[in-house]
Amino acid sequence: MDQSISWITVGSVEDIPRQGSRVVRTDFGDIALFRTVADEVYALEDRCPHAGGPLSQGIVHGARVTCPLHSWVIDLASGEAVGPDEGCAGHCPVRVVDGAVQLGLAAFRPGRGGCGHG
Amino acid sequence: MSTHTNPSTPRERLVVIGNGMAGIRTLEELLAKAPDRYDITVFGAEPHPNYNRIMLSPVLAGEKTFEQIVLNGRDWYEANGIKLLTGDRVEVIDRANRAVTAISGLTVPYDRLLIATGSTPFIIPVPGSTLPGVVGFRDLADVDAMLEAAAKGGRAVVIGGGLLGLEAANGLKVKGMDVTVLHLMDTLMERQLDRSAGALLRHELERRGITVLTGADTAEIVGNESVSAVRLKNGQELPADLVVMAVGIRPNMALGKAAGLACGRGIQVDDAMTTSDPAILSVGECVEHRGQTYGLVAPLFEMAKVAAARLAGGTEAAYTGSVTSTKLKVTGVDVFSAGDFTGGKDCEDIVFRDAARGVYKRVVVKENRILGAVLYGDTKDGGWYFQMLKDGTEVAPVRDTLIFGPNFGGGFGGEGAANPKAAVAALPDSAEICGCNGVCKGTIVKAITEKGLSNLDEVRSHTKASASCGSCTGQVEQLLAITLGDGYAGEAKAKPMCKCTDRTHDEVRRAITSLSLKSIPDVMQRLEWRTPDGCHHCRPALNYYLLCEWPGEYKDDSRSRYINERVHANIQKDGTYSVVPRMWGGLTSAQELRAIADVVDKFAIPTVKVTGGQRIDLFGVKKEDLPAVWADLNAAGMVSGHAYAKGLRTVKTCVGSEWCRFGTQDSTGLGVKLERMTWGTWTPHKVKLAVSGCPRNCAEATIKDLGVVCVDSGYELHVGGNGGMHVRACDLLVKVETEAEVLEYTGAYMQLYREEARYLERTAPWVERVGLEYIKRRLVDDAEGRTALNARFLFSQSFSQDDPWAERANGSVDRHEFAPLAQVG
Repeated sequence: MDQSISWITVGSVEDIPRQGSRVVRTDFGDIALFRTVADEVYALEDRCPHAGGPLSQGIVHGARVTCPLHSWVIDLASGEAVGPDEGCAGHCPVRVVDGAVQLGLAAFRPGRGGCGHG
Repeated sequence: MSTHTNPSTPRERLVVIGNGMAGIRTLEELLAKAPDRYDITVFGAEPHPNYNRIMLSPVLAGEKTFEQIVLNGRDWYEANGIKLLTGDRVEVIDRANRAVTAISGLTVPYDRLLIATGSTPFIIPVPGSTLPGVVGFRDLADVDAMLEAAAKGGRAVVIGGGLLGLEAANGLKVKGMDVTVLHLMDTLMERQLDRSAGALLRHELERRGITVLTGADTAEIVGNESVSAVRLKNGQELPADLVVMAVGIRPNMALGKAAGLACGRGIQVDDAMTTSDPAILSVGECVEHRGQTYGLVAPLFEMAKVAAARLAGGTEAAYTGSVTSTKLKVTGVDVFSAGDFTGGKDCEDIVFRDAARGVYKRVVVKENRILGAVLYGDTKDGGWYFQMLKDGTEVAPVRDTLIFGPNFGGGFGGEGAANPKAAVAALPDSAEICGCNGVCKGTIVKAITEKGLSNLDEVRSHTKASASCGSCTGQVEQLLAITLGDGYAGEAKAKPMCKCTDRTHDEVRRAITSLSLKSIPDVMQRLEWRTPDGCHHCRPALNYYLLCEWPGEYKDDSRSRYINERVHANIQKDGTYSVVPRMWGGLTSAQELRAIADVVDKFAIPTVKVTGGQRIDLFGVKKEDLPAVWADLNAAGMVSGHAYAKGLRTVKTCVGSEWCRFGTQDSTGLGVKLERMTWGTWTPHKVKLAVSGCPRNCAEATIKDLGVVCVDSGYELHVGGNGGMHVRACDLLVKVETEAEVLEYTGAYMQLYREEARYLERTAPWVERVGLEYIKRRLVDDAEGRTALNARFLFSQSFSQDDPWAERANGSVDRHEFAPLAQVG
């Protein structure tokens, strides 16, 4: 991990429901924090690459989330849509230190759309 | 990205360049032999998990979906601790520092490197070959491009009449394009077929409406901004909206070459699949081995086996080259070829033709051994010939009947009858059944008996037989039938619930009851779910089944609810929500309307609309405002209308005898009673009721899940109707005389639907599936059963009639759903 990243604490792991998500409002727009059944934490832009649906509202299963609008399935680690859909949600480095969830917002990487709903 | 602790002991680092069939097969073999030896990183240039490239043709033809050809989903990589980087192409191999660098800038060091970069389609360098609209046929992106073009119709020209070109041509034709195949040689698939079989194939393709031009040499691809035509050297011009180049493949060795590895036609490897750098191995279509390159799947897998054994530390395994066979994957066209069938000196041709059946078979024999075989129209004996060819079997004893296959009296199998089961039974244990994965009959039979396998999927997962192209599926099923006898139930036709399990909805439900399973993790554990926590298909279904089976006992799992049911409002396309308060039987009052108007003003709600179910819908409510909106509505006595639920939605009514001059009964009053009884219930899908006060049916009761039509002498109950995409009018269930009977029938009907319909199955398809007669038998003929069903419904209702808005409005439930975690910056 790049040592130069500055980390911002946004809450604790326990604040995020297991198999659920919470939103952090940032200058880059809403970031959705996900907590999987295995207690891994991931951070994606709260915006499906397909039609902009709020991924934080989807069903979390394994390390994936299903978008609530049209059921695109997004890989939490990479932000990539799971085939056959194509597109990538923006993502942001995240780490857990002593139960505190920290975002590396400066290293936010925007996504790329799927079918051009913008 | 997530932070994980590093394993305590450093392991050797293995980097794999290429996420295709050869590279990942090597990893599968390696993990079986030495699961903990390496920290593995896989780079894939395509943005997908590992898929079955040879099945792209059925995807193009619409016979399979991409999901169906995925070999290893991302969960497989996770489960095996493999780091997968898709959509990131490795650009540089730094052999001095033993590290690779990808296009993203990411550098990963290695101790061992496996290059499995495959091949690229050869694009003939004619003018216009780089125009938009010219595609290869190699990966999913190519298929997508072809499907996109096909969706617009128009004309396609396929350059190359080999295996890939013909599969592409067939797929595009199936998708509705006008297709012309250009082939340089005189015979289609001339490397695999002789002239006779080539001609039969050509006739078949022409019969399907595909134009075939042989001896066609492309001079130029014409077009300004995109392709418009293909011009041949003889001056002929063919209009085209899409050009598919399928003239062949070239090993993708650029990366190896740039790194200074010895390369010829491909990256050169020895029998240990090792390149000129001992730290680097290579497998698949990118390699040259003993002067040969390969473009078929079976050799790749043989290479993968050797590479894996070597990576696992073995020193024995060696690859000595492959003999290959070919099948054309065009549905309804059976073509098989293997070995050398050019014939010539000292060769003997044995030919069989059956014009009526369109069958052509040719076996080339030299010195009493099979040298090659071409089969057209009837390929079931291909494996038998191929096995003898590979084994160098002496065929003199069966020479006279060889061409009729193993089932003919004189075959090796002795008295095989002329049926496919006997043909498979007659094969020796060493006979190869699955050519793709090199699985022989003995291995499959042994797996069936020793591991207790009972169906095709199990055989696939244990042996890989029929897990690639699937053309041996029939033979594997025969082996199951032969080995298990009556114990083989055949392949189930019912669809499994989802990809997490092989069990159907009905099977899962029965198990929940018979095994007393009381939580989602219980179900997943006992029924051997393949995923850690299911998916968005099975979790909501399981949650419903458990809720229905164990009323008052099962605790609803909000994480397994679709968003609308989790936050008790309907999500809209911009991420805001709509709110619908309940209006009992469609009745409202000045006080309610005033409260609604106040809420609209207070929260600046942009749109207010009357729904089809006789209530008022407030659109554009921000999620964080929901609890406050509900609090205000609650204060005026209103509760959730469950307009978002797989549950009771509305009871639509007309005014009935209270006001209407035609009304026969108090339809509004009855509607309110029905709604009071049924609200809050969870059902497999949404449920809408209606009560009309006379047969004029103003409440449209006969297209509802349950509709009551009042008549002078009582009440007609109609069931199984809906509007929607497939409108279905109700069936008349029964006519009753009192309101009490209406209520009892309704409760019993609701409960029967709740207990027996599959999740997301509305009453209309459910009634059609089980039949109206069945519903009548349970509800009308069996009075005792009806009473019991109604009692179970009312019991479950005693736990479900709490207003979900009230408990959330006061912040006691799910507060985290409605507030952001933090604000940064």
